[in-house]
This record gives sequence, structure tokens and C-alpha cells, in this order.
Amino acid sequence: MTAFFTETVPGLFNYWVVIALMMIGFYTVIAHDNLVKKLIGLNVFQTSVFILYISMGTIRGATAPILMDGPAGDHAVYAHPLPQVLILTAIVVGVSTTALGLALIVRIHEAYGSIEEDDVLAADFATQDAEQAEEDERSRAAKAAEPHAPSGGDDGAEHEDDPRR
Amino acid sequence: MREHTVLRVVAQLIIPPILIFALYVQFHGDYSPGGGFQAGVIGASAIILYGLIFGVEAARRAIPPTALRITASLGVLIYGGTGVATMLAGGNFLDYDVLAHDPIHGQHYGLLIVEFGVGVTVASIMIAIFYVFAGRGRVEDRDT
Amino acid sequence: MIAHFVSQFPILVVVVPLLTMPLVVLAHRAFAAWALYLACTWAVFAMACALFARVATHGPIDYAVGGWAPPFGIELVIDSFNAVVLLLVAGMAAINSIYARASLAREIEPERLYLVYALMLACLAGLIGITVTGDAFNLFVFLEISSLSSYALIAMGPKRRALLSSFQYLIMGTVGGTFLLIGVGLAYMMTGTLNMADLATRLPAVFDTRTCQAALAFIVVGLSLKAALFPAHIWLPNAYTYAPSSVTAFIAATSTKVAVYALIRFVFTVFGASYAFEQLPLNQVLLGLSAIAMIAASLAAIFQTDVKRLLAWSSVAQMGYIVTGFALASTAGLSASLVHIVNHGLIKGALFMAVGAMAWRTRTTSINDLAGLGRTMPFTSAAFVVGGLSLIGVPATAGFISKWALLSAILAAGHYLIAALVLIASLLAVIYVGKVVEALYFRPRDAEASNHDAGEAPLAMQIATWALIALNVAIGLHASPELTATGRAAHALIGGGA
Repeated sequence: MTAFFTETVPGLFNYWVVIALMMIGFYTVIAHDNLVKKLIGLNVFQTSVFILYISMGTIRGATAPILMDGPAGDHAVYAHPLPQVLILTAIVVGVSTTALGLALIVRIHEAYGSIEEDDVLAADFATQDAEQAEEDERSRAAKAAEPHAPSGGDDGAEHEDDPRR
Repeated sequence: MREHTVLRVVAQLIIPPILIFALYVQFHGDYSPGGGFQAGVIGASAIILYGLIFGVEAARRAIPPTALRITASLGVLIYGGTGVATMLAGGNFLDYDVLAHDPIHGQHYGLLIVEFGVGVTVASIMIAIFYVFAGRGRVEDRDT
Repeated sequence: MIAHFVSQFPILVVVVPLLTMPLVVLAHRAFAAWALYLACTWAVFAMACALFARVATHGPIDYAVGGWAPPFGIELVIDSFNAVVLLLVAGMAAINSIYARASLAREIEPERLYLVYALMLACLAGLIGITVTGDAFNLFVFLEISSLSSYALIAMGPKRRALLSSFQYLIMGTVGGTFLLIGVGLAYMMTGTLNMADLATRLPAVFDTRTCQAALAFIVVGLSLKAALFPAHIWLPNAYTYAPSSVTAFIAATSTKVAVYALIRFVFTVFGASYAFEQLPLNQVLLGLSAIAMIAASLAAIFQTDVKRLLAWSSVAQMGYIVTGFALASTAGLSASLVHIVNHGLIKGALFMAVGAMAWRTRTTSINDLAGLGRTMPFTSAAFVVGGLSLIGVPATAGFISKWALLSAILAAGHYLIAALVLIASLLAVIYVGKVVEALYFRPRDAEASNHDAGEAPLAMQIATWALIALNVAIGLHASPELTATGRAAHALIGGGA
């Protein structure tokens, strides 16, 4: 147990940070209603992965992976450059996602006047319910108007039977 | 923020060095940390600073959005065009070895051109994103 | 010179759309943009055909990007498995390019049309990139290229609800992409390589570590989100419903299929079927989830009042069939999975195109508004009926071939309950397809609606729809070429994994 606190925790410090950030970000994405906060949560979540990649390329006591000339270069230990390059790509992807997400939020705000997911969904459901009511009304009217309506009636009966078969 | 003299003067002083630094990071990127992406962002930040201090309209007059659309596309074409050129020269896509008489120079030239394309596109896109967000009015009424 | 040109096809199928995209942006005008889009997609399709033929005769093709030898550089690998997927994606894009012009002109403002074409090209480049790459990280990058362009395309839908659908897809898709990134990172951490073939040789040494297990778990969950595998399908119905018709037809036929392809590639090529299915219980998980997907999503489809949403729910159900196939971990099952990836792409592409053609005329996709269209739009309605029959799995259609292959694979593996569920899901498909067909043919057209909506859709849209329908019937009548190709692919994959 003591080894856990003296070695594992400080030795794997980066990874603990990664896990903490990942959970904070993921929780924010799931739990928050505000779309901007969701997006920020997503950013925190992605950042944790960036740290994960950078951490795995690190060597204790190593310098930045820039080739050095002369005697200093012969014995130099370099950090692994590949994870850093990979994560640069992932950062670009993250920036693009954030820009696109924010652009969508601006448009949502213009269209709905709110960036709370609940409000937007409520507005959507209101429209949807209105449309649904209209549709139902028209279906009923269509079936009433149809002189030979068995096809519609059969359809309704099959709904209830089939899943139980 | 036009009335803030300090901001205006400092911005005027600082924008040229930012642009020079962007060019340094761009073209020295194959010897030191840097490259197209970083340089593009640094260069764009100079324009964005200009837009913040002197107004988006002034920035738009300096660099019109139509020009950004063209430069962003050209950057991608420079990047991809280099790849196509290497293919025409008999190598694989982005195999810079074939661009010059010997592979070392080939890699050097190839990297410079490709990074230039990346820098142009990144700077254009960053400025375009700024224009789009900054130019959006606070529309409270609902229109779909 | 010609031989050199041909040897560049594996990268050209990605680079041509990627470089046509800035040209489209520069062209700016809608017609020029469309012409470039058309030329590009057909060029890509031609190259995909050449690659497919070459893989069939000469075996897998490797291509080292930048001349850097794998495993250090990025490698593109086209084998008998992804050649089929490549052909599907390129073919759908090519047929869609005929369809898109008239369809998009109705739904998008003219000054933004060029952006749609540019995004479609980006999406195509991403999807093809996922298909051809042999590098795990490269796959993530292409996945994000295709996803980002899909989010933007869906947000361009004509209704304001498209915006929130796109945002929800963006959140779930990015979480999925990031999960994939974590999984790839963990695998990289254990092996120090990103090349898929190299990973496959190095991973068995570390199979017992928890890191490796976590890597597989993250990759499977991440790709399931992108593939809309139940219960990660929440984004799909809204996204498909509110996107522009031609975008829905393209994305529905390709995007989730390519994500499933990536999942199969990771499970079978990188980790190996014996690790995922014997050491870890992935097949039970996938079989259970896909069984629920088949039944629950089919039931949900029955209760929809919008044709696009109905078809979208059906897509979730069909994804269940595809996943069931490869979760059997047998050659027959994997082959059935691949057959259904292709056939379902053709079926859903055709159906969404038919619905898009109806929406072109009526400007709505609600089932009630389509009532009686069988008389005013006979060709489009007939296309929907044939496509619907194929979706149900009636003999002499492509759907029958995939159901047959799937059922025989399931029965061979002895999963009688799953086989029964597949049959029940097919019966449910009869109901939801029947619901639309009933409205099309057996209900009168609204008098006021028929006055100004009479007539067929534009010829180009009908040609594209019927081209896919004809492919459906052709495969249904003469399935042996497809079954040979998929059987060979499944053999190669299972052999390579073990």
C-alpha cells in the first residue's frame, strides 16, 4: 500500500491527470444542458487524450526531439517525436470540431433563441407534436374517406400481433 | 476600441513583428520547431488582432473574405500539387526525393513547398473563422 | 509511364477528391462545381474498378506514401476485403453525382451549393481514405475528415431541426472518434507501431495486459458510435431525416458501412478473431446488441410517420444484421456481413433516392403527404416498391441474397434464436415497407396537393434511382460474382487473423 502512494501515484502522475480530465470532460458532455458547456466538456475530454499521447512519448531527462550537432548530440536522449506529431494532427481535428460546433451553436441560437438543449428540444417537440397531431388527423380522414379501407386496418392489427410471434 | 490610443499604438507596433515571426516560423521550420500550421496560426493572429482593435470592417477591407476563399483553396492545391508533381516525376505521392537532383535537397524543397501550402491554408481558414464569428450580428429574433 | 500511373491508383482515389475540393471552391458557380464533382466521382469510380479487378487477379496491393517503407511510413493496403468496400463507396458517390444536382438545387440556396459539393468531396475522400489505409492513426484522421464534413452537410438541411441533429451527431461522433484515438494510443503504447500489419504481429505478445484489452474495448466502442450500432444509434434517425435528400442517400449508403468496415478491420486484422471472440467475449456482446437492434429498431420504424425517419430506423436494424454476421466469427458469417454491407448500401441508397425524388416534387417526406403518389409519380413509386422488396428480402432481389447468406451462416453456427429474430425482423420490415407502399398506391392523392405537384421527378434523379434498383435486381438474379468476391475476402481476413 505504501508503494502505491510513494511510487505508483507520483510515477504515473500524468496518467492520473489524464483519467481525471477525461472523466471531468466526459461528465460535462453528458450532464450539461448548455450546448457551449457540452462543447467545452468535449474539448477537455480531447485534451486528456492529447496528454495521454504526449506522456507516452516522454523519457525522463530527455530533451526536445531536435537533432543536435557536435558532442552534445552524440549522447543526447530525445523524447519520442512521433506521438507529438500525431497529437498535432489530433489537435487540428479538435480545433476543427470546436469551430464547427460553435458555428452550429451560433446558428441554433439564431434559429431557436436559446442554447439550452432542453429549450431547443422543447421547441422541437412542440413542432413535432403539432405535426404529429395534424398527421394523425389526416390519416384518420384518409381512412374514413377510403371506401375500401381494409389495407389500412390490417396494418394496424399486425402492429400488435407480430412482435409477440 | 478605436478610441483606446494605447491599444492602437501597441497594436500598430506589434502587428509587423508578429507577421515577421510567422514568416520565420514558416520558413525556418525545417531547422527548428515550427512549420506551416504554427506559422499560419501566428500570422492569422496578427490579422485577428488588427480586426479586434480597428474593427472587423477594417480587417475585411485589408483582407476580403473572397480572397480568403481563394488562398485557402490554393494552399490545399499547393500541398496536393506537390504530391502530384512527385508522382509525375516518377515517385510515390509526396515522395520528395525525386524533386531535386539528390534526395536531401529534394526532401528540403518538398517540405518547404508543402509547409507553405499548409501555412497559407491554415492562416486563411483561421481568419475566415474569425470573420464568420465576429461578423455575426446578435440576432435575437427567430429565423430559420 | 502508364504502369507508374496505374501503380498510383491507391493514393489517387483519395487525392483526386481531396484536390477537386479546392477546385470546386474556386469554381464557386453551382454548375461548374457540380460538373467537377461529377467528373471527380466518376474518375474515382473508374480507378476503384481498376483496383478491384487488379486485386482480384494479382492479390493485395501495398502502397508506401511518400516512399517511406512501412511500418515507418503510412502504408495503403488494398486487399480483397476493402476492394469491395472501396467499390461500394466510389460507386455510390458516382451514382449520387448524377442525382445530386436537381435534388440539391431544390433544397439549398444557389450561392451555397458549391460548399455542399466541396463537403461531399471531402466526405468521399475521408471515407475512401478509411477504406484504403493500412495505418491505424491515419484511419482516425480520415474518419474525422469524413465525420466533420458529414456534420456540416447535415446542418445544411432545409429545416432548423437539422442544426440540433447535426450538433448531437457532432458530440457523439467526436466522442466516438476520441475513443478510437485512445484505443489506438493504447495499442501504440504497447507495441510502438501504428501500421496495422505490424500491430497484428506485435500485439499477440501483449495480449494478456489490461492495456491491450482496454485498447480493443475503446476501439470497438468508438467505432460502434460511428457505425450507429445499438445502443449508440441515437444520432442516426435525426441526422438522416433532416439532412438534404441527396446527402442522406450518400451518407446512409456509405458512412456507417465504412465504420463497420473499420470495426471488422480492427477486430479481424489487427487484434485477430481468436483474441476478440475467444479470449474476450466480444461476440456475445455484439450478438446480443445486434439482436436487440434488429427487433427494437424495426419496431421503432413501424411507428414513424416520416419516410426518411422510417428508413433511418430501418438502417439501425440493418446494422444489426451486418454486425450479427461478423460476430459469428466464421467465414460464412463474415462473408454474409460483407454481402449485406454492399447490398444494404445499394438498397438504402436506392430507397433514399426514391424518397428524395418524391420530396423534390412534394417538398415533404411525411407518409401522409406522399399518399397517392403511385399515380402521379409511377416510376419513382415503382422504384420505391422494388427497393422495399429488396429491403424485406424477397427472392430475386439483393436483400434476399444477404438474408440467405446471413441465415445460412447463423444456422451453421447453431444460433437458432438469432435466426428466428432475423426472420421476425424481416416480417417487421414487411409492415413498415407496406405502410409506405399502402400510402403510395392505395390512398387517394390530396386534391389541393395534386394540382401543383403533378408529374415525375427530373430524369437525372430517376436514372440514378433506377440504376441502383437495377443493381439490386441484378445481384438478386445473379449473385455468384458478389458471393465469390465476398467469400474470397472473408477467407483472406479469417486466414490473416488466425
